[in-house]
Amino acid sequence: MWRVIILRRVRAAAGVRMNVRDAIYIGLLSLPLVLIIASLMIGLYTISVENVTRALLSPVFPDLAAGLTQTEITLVQRIRLPRVLSAALIGATLASTGVAFQGIFKNPLVDSNLLGVTSGAGFGAALALLLGGTTFLVQGFAFGFGLLAVSLAYLGSRLYSSAPMIVLTLMGILIGSFFGSLTSLMKYVADPLNTLPAITFWLLGGLTGVTWDSLPILAVLTVLGGAFLWLVRWRLNILSLGDAEAATLGMNPNHLKLGIIVCATLMTAAAVAVGGVIGWIGLVIPHAGRIIVGPDHKRLIPASLALGASFLLVIDNISRTLFPTEVPLGILTGLIGVPLLIGLLRRNRTGW
Amino acid sequence: MMMLAAKNISHAYTAGVPVLKGISLTLARGTILYLLGRNGCGKTTLMQCLSGTLRPESGEITFEGKAIHAYTPTERAQRIGLIPQLHAPSFAYTVREMILMGRAPHLGVFGTPSKADYAIANDALASVGLAHYRDRPYTQLSGGERQLVLIARGLAQKCRILLMDEPDAHLDLNNQQRVMEIVQQLAAEGLSFIVTSHVPNNALLYAHRVLLMKAGRVLSDGDPTHTLTEPLLSDAYEMATEVIYETLDETRIARAILPRRRL
Repeated sequence: MWRVIILRRVRAAAGVRMNVRDAIYIGLLSLPLVLIIASLMIGLYTISVENVTRALLSPVFPDLAAGLTQTEITLVQRIRLPRVLSAALIGATLASTGVAFQGIFKNPLVDSNLLGVTSGAGFGAALALLLGGTTFLVQGFAFGFGLLAVSLAYLGSRLYSSAPMIVLTLMGILIGSFFGSLTSLMKYVADPLNTLPAITFWLLGGLTGVTWDSLPILAVLTVLGGAFLWLVRWRLNILSLGDAEAATLGMNPNHLKLGIIVCATLMTAAAVAVGGVIGWIGLVIPHAGRIIVGPDHKRLIPASLALGASFLLVIDNISRTLFPTEVPLGILTGLIGVPLLIGLLRRNRTGW
Repeated sequence: MMMLAAKNISHAYTAGVPVLKGISLTLARGTILYLLGRNGCGKTTLMQCLSGTLRPESGEITFEGKAIHAYTPTERAQRIGLIPQLHAPSFAYTVREMILMGRAPHLGVFGTPSKADYAIANDALASVGLAHYRDRPYTQLSGGERQLVLIARGLAQKCRILLMDEPDAHLDLNNQQRVMEIVQQLAAEGLSFIVTSHVPNNALLYAHRVLLMKAGRVLSDGDPTHTLTEPLLSDAYEMATEVIYETLDETRIARAILPRRRL
């Protein structure tokens, strides 16, 4: 008798728990939208949610612009929106490519910089700044050198036919530190009064200079790349078991892995080119995602896209409002993210 | 007709050092075939060839009369599954998520498991007797339970032959029995198994057929009463081996295989 009642209670509790998990997942996916609106409101000049919505919709419905000041329209449409959108895209990119790399390299301690894309991009940006380049040149160099670094690592790994993934990882680390040294060289020879601070600031990450001009390439690459990762998300489970097991489950793991590496590299290079080196997100947001929705990539990829976007939106809001001058993102991600993750770890139920 | 047939398989990883030297075998429906032999005799290479993931240099492997490499990798994985040795994945997937991965050859690259796939996974889990473990993290299960989950994954894969790489490694006596009894039950339902093992006593207990390998060749292949004999086992393991018999109702049954030692 008692056993039946207890069993029923346990089953009911389990059912409720599943519903709570589903609700958390759906809530998580809609979080970036809420935060985008909130981020458009926040700033030195606070704008109400109604006015933000009206300013956003006014290009389509001109009537809605009535009653808004020109400052509000300019702030929302021209200054805050490109910055907010790029923060969301970059956060989503770094987190989701981190998940993808952790999956295909079977290692929860890596992010998409494993093959050197960020290190290459950092050098490209430093070189462009040393040459006195424009924003356009800095972004172009960062993007190009990011891709170059990963290509070199990939070509290097082709020299050896056995154990390609291990050699690829090793090559990535080698090429990454090579470009790291080149970046140090750029800093060493840079003018310490103006060029060196510019390089240092860029390497710490920030979205200060982001305008609409920076957005198209970033948006196209990250949306297409993110869509690809979304589509193959369940296959990441199988890739994470290793090549031999994936093969016995009927997959050619190498083709899909190469596709994911190309995709993640393009996304990361575009993100770093616009936002600079924003560390930490790609390593730790995947863990936060696993704690919240579990390790199944079917949910983890969507969750990490949403969580990464939300996290960087919050960090960027703090960066531009907390102090009179902006605090670089690369500093804040660690300062705020570490206590946050330690808090989440206390509630970890997956165990790994 | 035989389900799986290998004819004169040879393979070398490095030229001049052959690992397999002309192996032939056949496998009928509902059979448990044990592969026994010393470390390095070529068991694992043979299993990789039979699973279709490694293409032997010469010889032919057919499934239901058709060359195994004439099937696409997906088609092949719908017919032949491989249960790897116990491992811990890097991520703590739940038991059901692990089993769902067996549906991979039935789904497109962009596919995710549907309600039907979840139902198949639940059935597979029930047939190994672990229905109540559905939402437990796979990494927290004991070795025997993990082995059963991997079998369930093979069932969800809906293949006709399951290759098992040392299912008795790292398992205690009780769990070896638990796993192999499930295997026997599934074989009775028509599934075929090829099992590699370093425990010849388990071949005595569970094999329908035994293939003894030595240095890349077949030493003997057939009924356990004909293959698990002192001279053949001594040859295969290159040591004096003793088979202990027991007479029950005037039938002599082999009960244990032991190394011959002077006591």
